[in-house]
Amino acid sequence: MARKKDIRQNNKRLVQKLAVVALAMFGFGFAMVPLYDVFCEITGINGKTGRVDAQAAAASKVDKSRTVTVEFTGHTSSGLPWEFKPLRKKIDVHPGQTVVVKYYARNMSDEAIIGQAVPSVTPGQAAEHFNKVECFCFSQQKLAPGEVKEMPVQFVVNPGLPRGVRTITLSYAFFNMDKASAKKYGAKGDRASNRNHRHQVKADPVVASGG
Amino acid sequence: MATATAHHGAHPTGISRWLFTTNHKDIGTLYLWLALILFFVGGAMALVIRAELFEPGMQIVDPHFFNQMTTMHALIMVFGVVMPAFVGFANWQIPMMIGAPDMALPRMNNWSFWILPFAFVLLSSTLFMQDQGGAPSAGWTLYPPLTIQGGIGTDFAILSIHMLGISSVLGAINVIATILNMRAPGMTLMKMPLFVWTWLITAFLLLAVMPVFAGAVTMLLTDRHFGTSFFDAAGGGDPLLFQHIFWFFGHPEVYILILPAFGIVSQIIPTFARKPLFGYNSMVYATASIAFLSFVVWAHHMFTVGLPLAGELFFMYATMLIAVPTGVKVFNWITTMWRGSMTFETPMLFAVAFVFLFTIGGLSGLMLAIVPADFQYHDTYFVVAHFHYVLVSGAIFAILGGAYYWLPKWTGHMYNETLGKWHFWLTVIGFNIAFFPQHFLGLAGMPRRIPDYALQFTEFNQWSTVGAFLLGFAQLLFLYLVVQTIRSGKKASTQVWDGAKGLEWTLPSPPPYHTFATAPKVK
Ligand code: HEM
Ligand SMILES: [Cu+2]
Repeated sequence: MARKKDIRQNNKRLVQKLAVVALAMFGFGFAMVPLYDVFCEITGINGKTGRVDAQAAAASKVDKSRTVTVEFTGHTSSGLPWEFKPLRKKIDVHPGQTVVVKYYARNMSDEAIIGQAVPSVTPGQAAEHFNKVECFCFSQQKLAPGEVKEMPVQFVVNPGLPRGVRTITLSYAFFNMDKASAKKYGAKGDRASNRNHRHQVKADPVVASGG
Repeated sequence: MATATAHHGAHPTGISRWLFTTNHKDIGTLYLWLALILFFVGGAMALVIRAELFEPGMQIVDPHFFNQMTTMHALIMVFGVVMPAFVGFANWQIPMMIGAPDMALPRMNNWSFWILPFAFVLLSSTLFMQDQGGAPSAGWTLYPPLTIQGGIGTDFAILSIHMLGISSVLGAINVIATILNMRAPGMTLMKMPLFVWTWLITAFLLLAVMPVFAGAVTMLLTDRHFGTSFFDAAGGGDPLLFQHIFWFFGHPEVYILILPAFGIVSQIIPTFARKPLFGYNSMVYATASIAFLSFVVWAHHMFTVGLPLAGELFFMYATMLIAVPTGVKVFNWITTMWRGSMTFETPMLFAVAFVFLFTIGGLSGLMLAIVPADFQYHDTYFVVAHFHYVLVSGAIFAILGGAYYWLPKWTGHMYNETLGKWHFWLTVIGFNIAFFPQHFLGLAGMPRRIPDYALQFTEFNQWSTVGAFLLGFAQLLFLYLVVQTIRSGKKASTQVWDGAKGLEWTLPSPPPYHTFATAPKVK
């Protein structure tokens, strides 16, 4: 009988410990979200770009000995009835040189729509050396019906860019920020509107794009 | 004993016996029947897939329904067949193998089981909601953005996955508590039968990864309905993050689906080779190292997403490292058979086929682990062939072999050996006709999860469909055989198999409702 009671006690203690493990692992699943963000930011492997202020950009040394081709592309997700494209397809730059290019957007619908652009840089190892000073992706863009907008991107390629990289592609995906409107214009899905976006409120681009 | 009988004498009968039972044997039986029923449900879905793929072009179902079939087939086979079947084996066998009177937490045990039928009714009910998008259809891996866009089926799938997760975690806690606290005196850890060892390690894997999976689908749910953007790029999330979380669960999950199979085979082979298991200690350590390594290889499912080179290399080598302990196991099974006085009753046939065919699956896994090769093979039928060799001729063959092995003990009746052999041969032949050609299809570039295909793939697909129907219908023979054994088989002896060793074989067949109320002494 004594044994039976002991076993009960042991079981109870063990179950408590194991339950804590299960709960901790449930938490760990969620902890992977910020861990992933941090990991990607440190290693710069997720195509996420860096950001510098104008002073730092101006201060960086221009490396005339190298030329890098930067290509531009962009598309809208289904659900955003905008025309969206870069005004020039590519540009040759020296590392350290601050450059401005423009993207073109036109609202083809007859209502005002708010969009958010999410940038991505390939190859991955170039991303952390691609620093933006100014970008339309830093904040949401609102276009009135039929409105046309030319939107600047000011960037500098860090001279630390690995030697092997000769071409960098900067790409934007433009999303409709209002889920109901996105659905109306052809996005699939039946999600609730995205009032409380995880990152939406912050205008900081690194955060706004940092998944 | 007399008091024990008097105390437990009045079992409820009929339906309430099964609803309220806390007896490990009853609950084991419930799990096994659930698995067998869902085996036919999931199998029927597979045959819909194969029927559609018999010819190029769209014949029988529309593409959306085809996608529902591939998704539901996988979800049901993984969570409704293989996992419940293993838990059924655990319930029946673990207490009898370690000399315990029951599982450590009998009431929780009842609950773990009874969550499952409801989860699967919920999941399957979506098939009847075709107007709202039908069953989940984004694949069992539930990748966003598709799962964020899908209809109501995804929500039902998420809810049922939560229920399955709770059931598995409770079951795992129960198994660990039973094994660690309820062993008969003298049954040290290193004397435990290998089936018990593999389940102990599996239970820890379940405990570690099922909650992560539950977290991942919770994030999908909040992305879908509550305005978060974990995986939604528009709101700053990242769909790739889901893949990392999913495979952090998913790869250990595939070992959850195979370690108990290793255990079953390690019980069967020594019995019919009439030799003790070769390298028992190394078997235990190999199992533990496989489980440990399974946490650091997940990105081999994601080689093509654009990982940095260092990541590709790390995950490639880590994956290949798993082949070492796996090889140790295969070596030990073969060495156990070496110069044994072997006989080939049905359980042994399934075990030998397991060793042979599972190894083929392991080898195709190694091919997939080579990064540059995987760029070619990823998301083709080669992957489909790989995981069916490890899951059907691995997990399912072990389950069938184990069922034949212990059925006489559980029911007290011998099964019909001739029928068993027929079942075995039809199953192996059907299986190989169904899945071997899929290797070639994959190498030639046929993508997986596609309802239509280019003409040049026709012939191998027809082979595959014919084999699948043979494999599927052969299982009806198994159902018939089980019912026949329960109702009318010859009386089985206590020993059943003359080479069998272990505590369960000291009990009468069938064992009384309560066994080892006083713990046996283990020397
Ligand atoms: C030597 C052992 C193994 C190796 C090296 C291995 C390797 C791999 C690799 C690299 C993939 C990804 C292929 C791709 O998607 O391109 C894969 C897929 C898969 N493996 Fe294995 N594997 C092994 C054993 C197993 C076992 C034992 C199981 C289960 C019992 C298993 C189940 C699966 C499944 C289900 C998938 C496909 C998942 C999906 O995308 O739906 N593998 N394996
Ligand atoms: Cu894996």
